[in-house]
Amino acid sequence: MSETAGATWVGRSIRRVEDPALVTGRGRFTADLKADLSVRFVRSAVAAGTFADVVLPETMADGAQVFTARDLIDVKPIRSILHRPDYVIVPQPVLADGAVYFVGEPIAAVVAPTEEVAEDIADQVLVDVTPVDAVVDAVAALEPGARAVHAEAPRNVLVEGRFRTDGVTAAFAGAHAVVAIDLVSRRQNALPLEARAGHAAFDTATGRVTLTCTTQMPHLTRTVIADLLGMPELDLRVVAPDVGGGFGQKMSLAPEYVVLVWLARRLRRSVAWIEDRRENLMSSFHSRDQRLHLKGAFDASGKLLALDADVIVNVGAYSAYPMTCGVEPLMAMAEIPGPYDVQEYACIARGVTTNTCPMAPYRGVSRPVITFAIERLMDTAARQLAIDPVIIRDINLIDRFPYRSATGLLIDEGSYRRTLAIAAETIDVAAFRAEQARARLDGRFLGLGFSTFSERTAYGTSAFAARGMETTPGFEAVELVMDPSGTVEARIGTSPHGQGLRTTLAQIIADELGIRPDKIRVVHGDTDRTPYGWGTFASRSLVMSGGASKLAAERIKAKLLTIASQLFEVAEIDIAIEDGTACVVGTDRTLPVEVLARAAYHGVHKFMGKAAPGLVELATYDPNGTFSNACHVAVVEVDTATGRVEIKRFLVVEDAGTLINPMIVDGQVHGGVAQGIANALFEEIVYDSSGTIITTSLADFLVPTAAEIPSIEIRHLETTTDQSLTKAKGLGEGGVIGAPAAITNAISDALAPFGIAINEIPATPQRIRALIRAAEEARS
Amino acid sequence: MTDKIAQTLPVTLPVTLAVNGTDYAISVEPRRLLVDAIREECGLTGTHIGCQHGVCGSCTVLVDGVPVRSCLMFAVQVAGRSIRTVEGLSDGETLHPLQRAFMDHHGLQCGFCTPGFLMLAAGALEENPDIDDAELTHILSSNLCRCTGYQNILKAVRAAAVEMKAGG
Repeated sequence: MSETAGATWVGRSIRRVEDPALVTGRGRFTADLKADLSVRFVRSAVAAGTFADVVLPETMADGAQVFTARDLIDVKPIRSILHRPDYVIVPQPVLADGAVYFVGEPIAAVVAPTEEVAEDIADQVLVDVTPVDAVVDAVAALEPGARAVHAEAPRNVLVEGRFRTDGVTAAFAGAHAVVAIDLVSRRQNALPLEARAGHAAFDTATGRVTLTCTTQMPHLTRTVIADLLGMPELDLRVVAPDVGGGFGQKMSLAPEYVVLVWLARRLRRSVAWIEDRRENLMSSFHSRDQRLHLKGAFDASGKLLALDADVIVNVGAYSAYPMTCGVEPLMAMAEIPGPYDVQEYACIARGVTTNTCPMAPYRGVSRPVITFAIERLMDTAARQLAIDPVIIRDINLIDRFPYRSATGLLIDEGSYRRTLAIAAETIDVAAFRAEQARARLDGRFLGLGFSTFSERTAYGTSAFAARGMETTPGFEAVELVMDPSGTVEARIGTSPHGQGLRTTLAQIIADELGIRPDKIRVVHGDTDRTPYGWGTFASRSLVMSGGASKLAAERIKAKLLTIASQLFEVAEIDIAIEDGTACVVGTDRTLPVEVLARAAYHGVHKFMGKAAPGLVELATYDPNGTFSNACHVAVVEVDTATGRVEIKRFLVVEDAGTLINPMIVDGQVHGGVAQGIANALFEEIVYDSSGTIITTSLADFLVPTAAEIPSIEIRHLETTTDQSLTKAKGLGEGGVIGAPAAITNAISDALAPFGIAINEIPATPQRIRALIRAAEEARS
Repeated sequence: MTDKIAQTLPVTLPVTLAVNGTDYAISVEPRRLLVDAIREECGLTGTHIGCQHGVCGSCTVLVDGVPVRSCLMFAVQVAGRSIRTVEGLSDGETLHPLQRAFMDHHGLQCGFCTPGFLMLAAGALEENPDIDDAELTHILSSNLCRCTGYQNILKAVRAAAVEMKAGG
């Protein structure tokens, strides 16, 4: 790993600037801040019902107080809005107001001098809920006569997307084969290892509040809390310090943060809430609770002629802000065809409300589920039509660009067929089949599974506007400042929390300015210090912040050249800036960038009329979006006696355009695949029929460890696109999108002798054993 | 909102915690968890709390050289024993081989679990410098990481093991 100066910094695996603090215990996380008072939320133990009073304990410690919805009378409810005729707005009070809708819903805030005392009091607060029957399952919620969770939505449908091209019916009528499957994806929790936390401090001198919290979207958090509290937005500063992972869970507004800011203003003190793991599992946000019915019309060669999908998403009790409960069903509807060329498509996608924790985006959002669905359909069709799984994919993958999908998505240059071909060659399918056949003779069941997919990344304002979102999280902004010493500060609107963006943006800026990355500091996660931007989610930050950084750096560079031209008294075109030094090309005349920077502030008379004083540039970037693509391959062995799945090999052939820092890219792929494996085999949030969540510890919600996650092989292609200024595409979600499909295809392949198809995730040992038992009973 | 009559404050006990070679004379309730005492009373916030129930291992520290979950011990249990946290891993500004290896091999992303993994690995390598890969994977499976997929953590610990054996 070389860190000496060279041609470019982009493309090099330099070490991360984030790391020295984090490996020495000097990181600054929200829970590290001291507060005057601790806050503990009293949460509903009942899934659905009404209550009249919150009964407080007879005695409470000095300084302890309890606040309920009756105190927060002037706080507006959260309203997450989609402008669609089929969308039902369900306002969410920040503290339950006479009714509860899911187990874990906050009802009261206990404030006390210590966390332990706050917990003691919270345990003694009594909320006498008169329960009604909980609606837990989305399919049951759709049945006629099901109780309406919210009066606003009598059918329990909060959003309903419908799409149908004209030729679907004819394509199915004329098909050689119609392949239909039903799929289930059980509920997940994104589970950042740092649960959520907030610290709100009131400044008695200015009346301002600083909310430090575990958010992926500091600026929008400021806007929405100011709106809900009816306070001037500039009286609130939101800081996202080091954040211990987010994966989407921390982009949605926590009602608890609104309460914290309200408390800080009311009590004129600092207050802190540190979510515990049980709360996080129960009442943060959940994801991926979907049922799909998928039907494909194929011709005899395996070409997919038409696709028909019915998607039911359990979106829980409320519509999370800002992405709304439309995020999973509508993304499913738009993207189920994935990387395949199919122009006849029909879909109904419904978001169904139930008495469960609200749904919010989790890395990949719907795509791990819909990729699982379409890739299972492809393998099922391949089996039915006796076509090789690689071939059926190859003949259906898009290979002309830009490609306009049936739902109108513009897919830019990619390497869909090439990644598949390289994957098949790398894995050596023929050799595997031979090994598989040998192993079966020994009673060992090996399986091979492919998954090809597109990853829509870095979508800008236009994509969110098309979805009908009231709030369109699109552009990104970067304010680049070179100070008089020649040091650069990049103030960014995005809010990285583990992605290494401080390092990769410095690489991009360094190349643009001709200086070393260690002369560049990236500042993020503080609304007082950074321009308004949207945050880090949806595989957008490197593309968007990188593009904006490049634009701002180009302008700084232009100005440095103007100044240098005046100092050298030569034309700008004859000047180059490299490795921190400006030189007149072909001569030995040089000036350090520091001298140019100093002149920009202290020697303005030297370039009067040629450029404005100072070196400050604000740039925004708002691309339409760009598609990465990849092929994942899993090789598994299934122990038919126990139902255990061992992943023997996992290959990723990935194409995300130009790699800025390959080490960081591979890290994103590793982590994404690990979460995909978790989705495929291990993790599941479970509710009982009364709406009580029964997976409230990490002993119940099984996060895989180093013993379960294999070493992941990665190969990169770098197809570039003009849809990204840096030629880099997003890739943060691809790992998790492709893995469940590859693994379930591999398990199904392994268990083909039993006639077993894995169409439900996670494919736990219990589920696999149940399928094997059923297959054996059917046979005997 | 209601203020009610004060309860008696909980009883606290004096205890001295020896953390990274420094004695911290503190007074805590008997129920005070070791991790809370390290973070709050000793002010050493490098040790993180990820689950509070002993599964994730983010709070791993060494007590008398052995990795323990500091969320599963009371502070008063550890009086008179030697505690090491991530803040005590480097020698002044000279990083421990594990810390360097985690940076070199991208063994961390968000960094929240990192102190726990570093202390777990430090305990394991000090106990058995010749640890083999299978045993290492087994030990590192004590802790959870949500970002890295573990591959680079394993790589980093193996690299550090080599360096530590060579006396680095």
